[in-house]
Amino acid sequence: MTTFTPRYRPDRRNFLKATGIIAAGLTFLPRGALAEEEKKLNFYNWDTYIGENTLAQFQEASGIETKLDIFADTSELFAKLKGGNPGYDVIVPSGSWVQRMVGANMLMELDHSKIPNIANVDPAFMNPVFDQGRKHSLPYMWGTVGIGYRKSKIEGTPDSWKYFFGDSPYSGQISMLGDARNVIGAALKFLGYSLNSVNPDELKKAEELLIAHKKNIKVFAPDNGQDLLASGEVVIAQEWNGDILQVMGEDDDIGYVLPSEGGQVWEDTLAIAAGAPHPNNAHAFINFLLDAKVGAEIAEFIQYGSPNAAAKKLTTPEYQNNPAIFPTAEALAKCEPEAYLGEEGQKLFEEAWTRIQAA
Amino acid sequence: MESWRNNRFLFWLLTLPGAFWLALFFVAPLSVLWVYSFGAKSGITDIEITGTALNYLRALDPVYFQIMWKSLWISAIATFVCLVLAYPIAFAICFAPTRWKPVLLLITILPFWINLLIRTYALMAVFRTNGFVNQTLGGAWNFFDGLFTGGSFPYQPLQLLYNDGSVIAGLVYVYLPFMVLPLYATIERLDKSYLEASLDLGASQFRTLMSVTVPLTMPGIISGVLLVFIPCLGAFLTPALLGGANAIMIGNVIEAQFKSANDWPFGAALSFILIYATFGALALRWVLTRKSQGEGA
Repeated sequence: MTTFTPRYRPDRRNFLKATGIIAAGLTFLPRGALAEEEKKLNFYNWDTYIGENTLAQFQEASGIETKLDIFADTSELFAKLKGGNPGYDVIVPSGSWVQRMVGANMLMELDHSKIPNIANVDPAFMNPVFDQGRKHSLPYMWGTVGIGYRKSKIEGTPDSWKYFFGDSPYSGQISMLGDARNVIGAALKFLGYSLNSVNPDELKKAEELLIAHKKNIKVFAPDNGQDLLASGEVVIAQEWNGDILQVMGEDDDIGYVLPSEGGQVWEDTLAIAAGAPHPNNAHAFINFLLDAKVGAEIAEFIQYGSPNAAAKKLTTPEYQNNPAIFPTAEALAKCEPEAYLGEEGQKLFEEAWTRIQAA
Repeated sequence: MESWRNNRFLFWLLTLPGAFWLALFFVAPLSVLWVYSFGAKSGITDIEITGTALNYLRALDPVYFQIMWKSLWISAIATFVCLVLAYPIAFAICFAPTRWKPVLLLITILPFWINLLIRTYALMAVFRTNGFVNQTLGGAWNFFDGLFTGGSFPYQPLQLLYNDGSVIAGLVYVYLPFMVLPLYATIERLDKSYLEASLDLGASQFRTLMSVTVPLTMPGIISGVLLVFIPCLGAFLTPALLGGANAIMIGNVIEAQFKSANDWPFGAALSFILIYATFGALALRWVLTRKSQGEGA
């Protein structure tokens, strides 16, 4: 684990930036009282998704006090911002939601000149489908949705969705995630289709497959599949790799594998909500998170894959070579990112999901 | 009691704050929701109020009927279990020594001091495969198994969580105090000499309960049933956390419309269908209490 030496004084670059911010404020904001942003920032993030001391370090480095608020899934974030921004600055939406939120004018365009640490980001992440040219979002963490399992209770490696959608010997001891896209997406992948399919026939087949094998599934667990696995409630769980990794650290008997048919590859991003009260602080914060040292510390603490090439270099070999964080190129090639399907497409998934749950 | 007509000024002065509160935080948001229920999505976040009834028609789809029906019977069972459990509890509190009553009432409402979410998670720790119930039963089973058969029948943990039973148990656990309190209030006011008269005249304990106590405490029973049944009908947290793969209740469908499905007009229509059902139940209560009061008088 790399150690981080706290900086008690702002370094030269931060000092220059701070003066720059003040100057910009004086120039562009005629409202005198708002010339300098108050030293505050409202950060809306997932739970356990930031380094242990990151916010304190940011305060030491910049003098900006960060208030952290937590959401459980991006739909909650979306619903909260939908009626107007209640005061959040930096938010952490998932990739496909970035596209949806840009469509609804819910994100502020980023000023790349205020985020010099963009240079640290792996170029492979700089032009994703959901935000070409990275106008509205920058990558924070990435990972996969695959299969977590209890090694001692499973023969071999459950490296296929067939354990979910076949005559599974583990019927009734399996959990899946609790949202339409992930559950139906897994069935689509098993059938050999794209998880972004909006073809009614393909969706129908996926729905029928899920309903026919529903007895295999003990529970649709929104965000606690890893706990179910850890407590012995289930032996196989569809889960986010980082969540499984967090329980793998406490229990050697838990493993993670990508299904041979492919799973989802996802990315969470850093973005600034439209109407953010502290846009300059928000840019400074995003820049801070993309710092190599800071990024390395966060990534190692939360055990998710960092898209920050400079940060990755500073991490331990254990982290860099962890197959659950960085799968082989071959396994990754079969995975797909989730795209925004338009409101009609999303509705097809949601209605099928209601029918699957009620069946 | 003095009629409110004799002091209109005081009446309005005292009514106003409550009325204002209700108007601002209950009537106003519900009105907005009601208007939404006649709208259609015209963009990712835009809702156009078109006066359409399509949202209500969409709710007639069999799948929503099925979920609504399931919510009804789950709530009905939970309410019935609450009633059966709460009646003796309320009776015991009423007939307890006076100095114990406040303590017993305090114990009844004590769970309210802990957040619903935390209580539900606590239930998960009790019921899960390696939870307290299975640990206790397993310990006892293995002890006797070891004693009599030398351990040839190892304990198979009961699957107590993630099924309809655990949802009902969760709802009963959460809403039991809402049943105990109104029952306590009516039983406390019950003239005990009626019970003595019934017993003196030769009725059995059971006959007395069914023919005297229950009819006389009917207003409390009805209040308690409504106070439990209505929130059960709208529950979404309990089925989401304790329910299995088909635990979905109408509350979960409504929640999904406001969150992941991002379809507020349809969510609003479903909410209002639930509200109309609730109004129906309240109207029924009004008719029933009038009837039972008429008999009592």
